[in-house]
This record gives sequence, structure tokens and C-alpha cells, in this order.
Amino acid sequence: MRYLVLQKEHFGAFIEHLNLISKVVAPVRKDQKTNQFSFEEVSQAEEIALNYIPTILPPKKYFMPQYETLAEYDASRGQNMQPVVEVEKLILFGVHTCDLAGIQCLNVVFNDRPKDINYLIRKGYITLIGLECNNYCDSFASCGLMGTFLPQGGYDLFFTDLNDYFMVHIATQKGEELIKNFQFFTDPAPKHFKDLQHLREKKQDTFEPEVPIDRNLIPKMFAEGFEAKVWEEIGNRCLSCANCTNVCPTCYCFDVMDVPNLDLKTGKRIRVWDSCQNEPFAKIASGESFRALRSDRKRHRFNRKFSYPVKRYNKFFCTGCGRCSRTCMAKIDLKETITQLAQETGYLHTKEGKVWTSS
Amino acid sequence: MDKLLISHTGYEVKEATIVRTSRLTSQDKLFEIALPEGEILDFEPGQFVEVSLRGVGEAPISICSSPTHRNSFELCVRAVGRLTRALHRLEAGDNIGIRGPFGVGFPITKLIGHDLLMVAGGIGIAPLRSLINYVMDNRRDFGKVQVLFGCKNPQNMLFKDEITTWQQRLDVNFSCTVDEADPEWMGNVGVITTLIPNVDIDPENTFAVIVGPPVMYRFVIAELLKKGVPEEHIVLSLERHMKCGLGKCGHCQIHDIYCCQDGPVFFYSRIKNLKGAI
Repeated sequence: MRYLVLQKEHFGAFIEHLNLISKVVAPVRKDQKTNQFSFEEVSQAEEIALNYIPTILPPKKYFMPQYETLAEYDASRGQNMQPVVEVEKLILFGVHTCDLAGIQCLNVVFNDRPKDINYLIRKGYITLIGLECNNYCDSFASCGLMGTFLPQGGYDLFFTDLNDYFMVHIATQKGEELIKNFQFFTDPAPKHFKDLQHLREKKQDTFEPEVPIDRNLIPKMFAEGFEAKVWEEIGNRCLSCANCTNVCPTCYCFDVMDVPNLDLKTGKRIRVWDSCQNEPFAKIASGESFRALRSDRKRHRFNRKFSYPVKRYNKFFCTGCGRCSRTCMAKIDLKETITQLAQETGYLHTKEGKVWTSS
Repeated sequence: MDKLLISHTGYEVKEATIVRTSRLTSQDKLFEIALPEGEILDFEPGQFVEVSLRGVGEAPISICSSPTHRNSFELCVRAVGRLTRALHRLEAGDNIGIRGPFGVGFPITKLIGHDLLMVAGGIGIAPLRSLINYVMDNRRDFGKVQVLFGCKNPQNMLFKDEITTWQQRLDVNFSCTVDEADPEWMGNVGVITTLIPNVDIDPENTFAVIVGPPVMYRFVIAELLKKGVPEEHIVLSLERHMKCGLGKCGHCQIHDIYCCQDGPVFFYSRIKNLKGAI
């Protein structure tokens, strides 16, 4: 675990060096006119957007692809199926701290027994290079509230942009391997550490909790707010389009289905992203749906970010990336929802630290 | 994208053979299943398997036979979806795929030495039959055993022949009720909760085990609590769509629990505060 310095003039050479090792994906601006970005394959540094707001889809798509083969079948083998794990060697450059936090959530879920072999094997093929966000991305983010704006591990290398150079944190052996044969890294001087410290201190002031509530009390607030009016209100607006779950870096629900080939003798069993926002998601064979109302489904989704995983994994499953709010066609905003819930349950604080009351 | 062939991922499917089928009602069929020679499905009453047909898909089905019968196991399948309808077209000699068993079964070690009151509604008799037959085969391990069974009408009654056998046993009290009787029905008419007030139990020494449609639980539990059965003596099996069986896909999630791994069998005291569980 150590730090190195990379001057910006050598960044292009570094990306070329990575390309010699494996496929490299990084944030790329979708269109010059829009502020939309996505993780895509890159071969040159110029293609990479170093200043970007959260990509449309999180890097989840590489760890848990939207369509993934679980097993293959062949009529000549009867009903037996051959389990399959699809892998691709990949270097993921430029992952922000919120998305690193999202990948850490997926790691916890798929490491939970019984372990998900498909996910864990695929993850071993991916090298993660983080990139610090120096400034706030936009008004949808709530990384201040969730405490995900500073690096907390989960990467092999971590880049911090400090004007004319990058401070690079090497966190793993995999990270060491990546820089081993690249000659332009230099050892940092005390000035470099000071610059890094200065940036982090500045960020502590910039990234304040977006909703004035005590983070430790969030699960309690959700438990007490199970019958809150806010669920009905956002349920009335929700279109059940499932955009929020598709773009969420920590949503991992899936459906399992068979896809026969045209010969109808061979085919595969796949898993596909699914969403608790879809009405049939919690339906059982008798036709009864346990979350028939949109308000039930919205409440379930919010609880799956702020309450249930805290009980199960001792972790929030919201990274504060803001994608759900950014993409919602009904303009349901996560921060507004949390604020309204905090108001209803009495957990909202004024800036002076007093409890907000509706009277 | 490279493909790695891994022998055990949790999604491997084992081929099994249908040994025998029998039609129970117009929509329910019983399948006796055997794994390849020499292999035994090591399961507990209350667990389920993912039944699979290549090209069609998978569905979770409760095992309805007792593990005391080792060479094969039975599944009662109601034709309600794509997979179950396809299963109904199969006969003895055909093959199906099996994953599992999955989930937490009935807490037999806790039930041993106590009186049992088993309450089944509709197709809930299928998973409970696994326990009933286990108890019958190990009768000395349990105290007084009573079974209450309710279904819509006599035509929909599952395991009719077996029920006649249970009714004839002197070491089991079996009561049956239907919501709607036909002219030949000689038994009780009414919902299952009408049977509970007249049941003679020692509540402190009795474990109640309930399996039925979701709507049944609230009413049956209220009656049992009225009889003085402690909350921690009420055991129930929850029905949810357990798609992957591995506690990942999210379909069977209730609050922070996954029915397929943490259940489907729960003590009432564990789930009573989970809104929407029952």
C-alpha cells in the first residue's frame, strides 16, 4: 500500500500501457451537447472524460451483466445443464467513490452464503482504478449524506487529479502488477501529500449532508415511517418504469429464464436484470401479489436502500450517486423523499440541530 | 467474452426421472421422482426443490413426501404457470431437472416430544404432508397429534385416499372442512378457523404448524393465540416466488429476509413484526 505520482503529460502513455494488458473501459461523454456519460471501451486518453457526472448506467453492468448465461443445455444431455461463467479481462478506469461503494455492496451480497460463483469469478477478472471527484457533480447527488465522497477502498489503484499531476494510491497486488512495467510513476514528495490533504479537507466542507438528518438514525426513521404518507404520494406519481432500479449501482434483483436456440434442442438459461418496481415481481402462483400497489413497491425499494440491508449486512445500499432521481420520468427525487419522510417522522433537524416540527 | 465451464455454481441441474404420476384433482398431479441410481435427495420436511425443464424454465415446488422414504420423493404440482402446465404433460419415464433442496424446513428437533396441531389450507396440505407422514413414521417421538384440513370443496380435496387412512388411525385426530359442500359431503362445512375452537389442546405443550394460502394465516393465528398457544410455538411456511433459491434474486424478499434461504418455514415470533409478511 503506497502512493506514487503520475504527471499529466504521461497519462496518455499510461492508458496506452493499460491497453496492452487488456480491454480498458472508462467514462466517455455520450454527446458533446449533453451532460451524459457512459463507461465504454477506450484506447486513448483523449476519449476519457476525467470530469464527469455519474454515468447513465453504473459499472455494475460489468460485474453483473444485464443478460448473463448461467447454464447451457443440449437435448442430447437430457435435462442436465452445464453451468457456465462468462468472463472478460477488463480494466475499469475512472470509477468514482460512489460507484466503488456500489461495487462493495454487490461484493457483500454475492459473497453472502451461498456465494454467487458467477459474480465472484467474473469480479476476479476485473481491475478497478478509482478516480476522485474533486467537486460536487450535480444537485441530484447525496454522497454527503451517505458519506461516500471520499475513497474507502474497493479499488486496485486510485487516482486523484491534483491539477498538473495525479496522486496514485496503490492498494492491492493487482494494482502493483498494473504499474510494474510503466516507467513514468515517481515517488511523491511531502508537497504532493499536502496537496492531497488540502483537497480532502476542502471536500469535507463542500460535501455536507444534503438532508439534515442523523445518518445513524436512518434505519429507525424508516422503521417508524413504514406507514408514512410519503409512500402513497410518490406511489401515485410513480410510473413503474423501473428506470430507478436499472440505473442503481446496488440493485441486483434478477429473473431467470430459458432462451432456446432456433434448433429447439440447445439453448441457455440466463439471468436478466429484474426490478421490484414491476408489478409481477412479488406475485405468487396463486396470483396474489404481495406488493400490488405502486406505493408498496416504492416503499420496498427505499427500504432496500436504507433499512433492510442495514439489518442484514450492516450497510446502506444507497451510494448517493443520484442516478435514480436523475433518471426518474416522474421526477421522484430521493433527497426530497428522504426529507419528507424525515419531516413526517420528526427526524429532520434544522441547521442549529433542532428537531423539525410541522406545527 | 470467454466462457468457463464450472461444475458447481449453484445453477447446475441434475436429471431426475418421473417414476409414477397420479392425478389428484383436475388441476393437481402427483409426481414420484427418483434421482439417478444410488443418489438420494437429502431433505427435511418443509424444504423445496427448483424443478426445471430445459427450454421452459424453472419453478420452486415443495416436497410433499416424507424423507423417511429414501429412494424417491414426491411433488404435488398444480398447473398454474408455463412450467407447471408443461410438467402436467409428462408421465412416468420422462425426465425433469432438479436443483436443491433449498430452504429451512419444519423445526423437527424442536417439535419432538411435544403435541402437534397441524393446520393445512388448500394446497398447503402438500408441504405439510411431508411432515404429517414423517410424524406418522416416527409416531413415538411426538405426543398428541391433530391435523385440521380445509379446502374449497370436496372436488378440490388433495390426497383423498391418504386422508381416509389418516382418519382411520387411532393415534391421530384428523378433522376436515370444506367451504362449499356437495350432497355427498358428510363432514364440517365452513372455513378452517371454525374447527379450531373445538380442538382440545394443552397450549403450553403444543406446537402449531400452519401451511396455507396467505389470507389464512392471520385468522388461524388469531384463533390459536385465543387458545393460548404461545407465539414461539406457532410455526408457518410462507408462500413466495422463490426464483433462484439462493437468496439473491429478490423475488421472495420480505423486509430483510429471503424466504428461499431464511424460510420458507418461520416461527411466528420471528415474522410477526414484519409488515406484509402475513
